[in-house]
Amino acid sequence: MSRKPRDTEMPSDRQVNKEPISLGRIAMYVILFIGAIIMMFPFYWMITGAFKTWTEVNLIPPTLFPENPFNIENFIYAFKTAPFGRYFVNSLLALLGCITTCSFTTILAAYAFSRLRFPGRELIFSLLLSLMMVPYEMIIITNYRTIVNWKLHDTIWALILPFMSSIFYTYILKGFFDSVPESLYQAAKVDGCSDWKYLWRVMVPMAKSSLATIILLNAIATWNSFLWPMIATNSKVVRTLPFGLYAFMTEGGQRNERMMAASTIVVIPMIIMFLFARKYIISGMSRGGIKG
Amino acid sequence: MIKRPFFERIKPLLYLLPFILSVTIFTIYPIVNVIRMSFLEGYKYLTGDYTGVGFGNYEKVLADPYFRQALSNTFKYVLLVVPISTAIAIVLANLLNQKIRFQSFFQTAYFLPMVTSSLAVGLAWRFMFNDKVGIINYVLNLLGMESVNFLGKSGGNFMAVVIFGIWSILPNTIILLLSGLQNIDPLYYTAAKVDGAKTLRIFFRITVPLLAPTIMLVVIINSISTFKMYHELFPLFNGPGVAYNLFTVVYYIYYEFRVLTPPKYGLAAASAVILLITVFIFTMLQRAVQAWSRKERGEDVKKTKRHRDALR
Repeated sequence: MSRKPRDTEMPSDRQVNKEPISLGRIAMYVILFIGAIIMMFPFYWMITGAFKTWTEVNLIPPTLFPENPFNIENFIYAFKTAPFGRYFVNSLLALLGCITTCSFTTILAAYAFSRLRFPGRELIFSLLLSLMMVPYEMIIITNYRTIVNWKLHDTIWALILPFMSSIFYTYILKGFFDSVPESLYQAAKVDGCSDWKYLWRVMVPMAKSSLATIILLNAIATWNSFLWPMIATNSKVVRTLPFGLYAFMTEGGQRNERMMAASTIVVIPMIIMFLFARKYIISGMSRGGIKG
Repeated sequence: MIKRPFFERIKPLLYLLPFILSVTIFTIYPIVNVIRMSFLEGYKYLTGDYTGVGFGNYEKVLADPYFRQALSNTFKYVLLVVPISTAIAIVLANLLNQKIRFQSFFQTAYFLPMVTSSLAVGLAWRFMFNDKVGIINYVLNLLGMESVNFLGKSGGNFMAVVIFGIWSILPNTIILLLSGLQNIDPLYYTAAKVDGAKTLRIFFRITVPLLAPTIMLVVIINSISTFKMYHELFPLFNGPGVAYNLFTVVYYIYYEFRVLTPPKYGLAAASAVILLITVFIFTMLQRAVQAWSRKERGEDVKKTKRHRDALR
């Protein structure tokens, strides 16, 4: 029953058995490879730059590979000047906090909007959907004041509280719940299964892949979030990785190779996640664009 | 239901409570509050005092040279980034939609930027844009062109932001177009091939027209997201351009309530409402296009079904 993410929009490898070699096909691969190189290049330059020395970084012509690929001096410098370990832990805490709370509220709300009957259900849901177009940048002005008034400014809670629910994720999950046949619910009811049990024993296990998509999108958004942590936190002990990186850039000097090492620390976890969960992420993203 | 009518009745409320509570405090209240603040003149957040109610903040914002600059920069940015990235994405999505080898490599290469921090990647771009040791200027020189001072006070700032912006938005654009391409019935291509049509002709006569609704949708969605541009400014310039020449609408909001001391909440709120109105207009356009394309597709499906039945 669980819906697999659409295999990303590309025909599978097996279909490509005997391709005729023609000029058109060669041109196609050339364009695709050039495009791929341009898209990957900033990452390549970041990671190789992180292993270069100051002299190497300032060479003209630039070198494509670091002379000593085991030169970890820049990483050592980064960890010494700024508590990147602490930043990492904070990012992880914010991530876990957001994912658990947001998934919980999302599951309950999606279930209520999909299965439970109450007056005004459709109206409330469509009003909520229309809120999705409100730019997040508009909301943070007040949220900043709320956090300050609650005396939570500069704490980890400031990074979690405003993100404990998401209309968009609720919309995705409700879409899946709606696709589960009503008869299953009726059958469970006849057997005396309560809504609560039905939700957690039947619906949630079935919605595994939708939930995975939601959690991954949430993880990416939280991990990379930068404006809000910069507004809501300040001291080194609560900074997350991107804000820590920004502070490192302004406090730790402008040397390119050191900045590349720090950037690599921020980017690597997401790259690893992408390599493992590519299909889920891409299918989630393809839905992400067309909200509302 | 007869057993516990009261509990049954409030059950939906209990399920919704955490969600509604959070949405009310952190989404609905902020919207209402920002709209209210935008009409309060001389508003002080700490004391809650204000000197009057009216359009004063809007007048001030619209007369502010920084805001005017922000508007013109933002529009220029949207008008450059959206068409260029869409054109590139149409070609690439169409190629990725063919039967190709190395697809997991291409998927990784084209979609990885979606998951990585724009700040970290922006720093890599800053390194590449460097006027003395940057690889971009080195390549430009190799091609016989003059170096561009991307990060300095003269000129190149805007170009740097646009290049970085196009690169950042491409993956999402390609993904949306790919799902549009998936919705085109393969029957059209089979028919075209039977008739012996050339690849380019197929592209311009079948793919582009049938993809038109998706393309329009992508243009609108990208216009909204590029209109909210500010991320790129932090890693590249550590602010709104080197010479305070690259304000954008969202950066202006941030500047008014977080950079300035004391913060000007009224002006931030008024500009946020202007942003909301702009996004609202774009969203209405998007809804109209979606409704139209759904209708088109519906008729399309009916037509191809009829064709299929006829072929049987």
